[in-house]
Amino acid sequence: MRILLLLAMLLLSPLAHAQASDPTPLQFRDTAQETRFHQLTAELRCVMCQNQSLADSNAQIAHDLRREVLDLMNQGKSDEEIKRFLVDRYGEFVLYKPDVAGNTWLLWFGPALLLLAGAAIVFRIVRKRGAAGTVANDDNQEW
Amino acid sequence: MNQPAPAPKKPHTGAFVFAGVIIALFFIGLMGLLYYGVQQSDRAGRDALPSPLIGKPAPAFDLPLLHEPGKRFTLADLRGQPFVMNVWGSWCPECRVEHPVISKFALTKRVRFIGYNLKDPREDALRWLEQYGNPYLMVIADESGRTAIDWGIYGAPETFLVDAKGIVRWKHVGAITDEIIAEELIPALEKAEAEKR
Repeated sequence: MRILLLLAMLLLSPLAHAQASDPTPLQFRDTAQETRFHQLTAELRCVMCQNQSLADSNAQIAHDLRREVLDLMNQGKSDEEIKRFLVDRYGEFVLYKPDVAGNTWLLWFGPALLLLAGAAIVFRIVRKRGAAGTVANDDNQEW
Repeated sequence: MNQPAPAPKKPHTGAFVFAGVIIALFFIGLMGLLYYGVQQSDRAGRDALPSPLIGKPAPAFDLPLLHEPGKRFTLADLRGQPFVMNVWGSWCPECRVEHPVISKFALTKRVRFIGYNLKDPREDALRWLEQYGNPYLMVIADESGRTAIDWGIYGAPETFLVDAKGIVRWKHVGAITDEIIAEELIPALEKAEAEKR
């Protein structure tokens, strides 16, 4: 057992930021609450394993935050209020859909801008070719 | 254009060159991003979240002292002078890595150095301090981890600097090093002290 523990610690040691663990299942009032809970936590990002949602993560802090989210739901807080609660403590980072702001507009509109740029280029090329084509067309063509 | 015309040869090449330049620029841009990403991946604490608490009043707490569980300790008890709060747990391997560094720093008595014991059974925490030494002026115990959420704590070690007025000035996620103390903590502390006067 000691050796196992030591091995676990060795394996964990590269983690610059560690976690304690004590998973206990959450108790839901009814299925409606459970559904709402799953939807909400899927939209929140785990602060520890940053590529997982709060719903998916097995990190200790994710357990604690899920419990906190459920507590806040039981207190009758709205989804918006719960998100605000987490953002005030952990920052905008926890939202998979951040608010549109000065530092997030590129995130929101970057893909659309790329698409527009691509469309502009294609439009230009097509028009150029089209113009060249008309000039070069043989007048005797039947179509 | 189902009829290949002889004249448009020139505009065609122009369009291809134009498209080629765009693609090349795009590719160079991607390479630049990749290079930046690789460079950044080396940086310690690259995953650390910037705390939204910086510049804001420290969250109030009311927690028992580790060594005297009957005694409660609150944020108000720490007002008047800056303090450093170091989050740790006996379950945290990196806390042992930073322990000699923070012990040395605490001994300089430059600032009040408070321990925040996170999600630790009391016996484990006490045993850890006995084994490695207790660098803290006092240790507050948050066994449930509920107060830690108010502080935006998401693991250990984490270290906060709070000024005399109770404003959070600085936070570090991950193990503290001598460099971080010299280059970040001390300057932040000096700034907080200068602004107080």
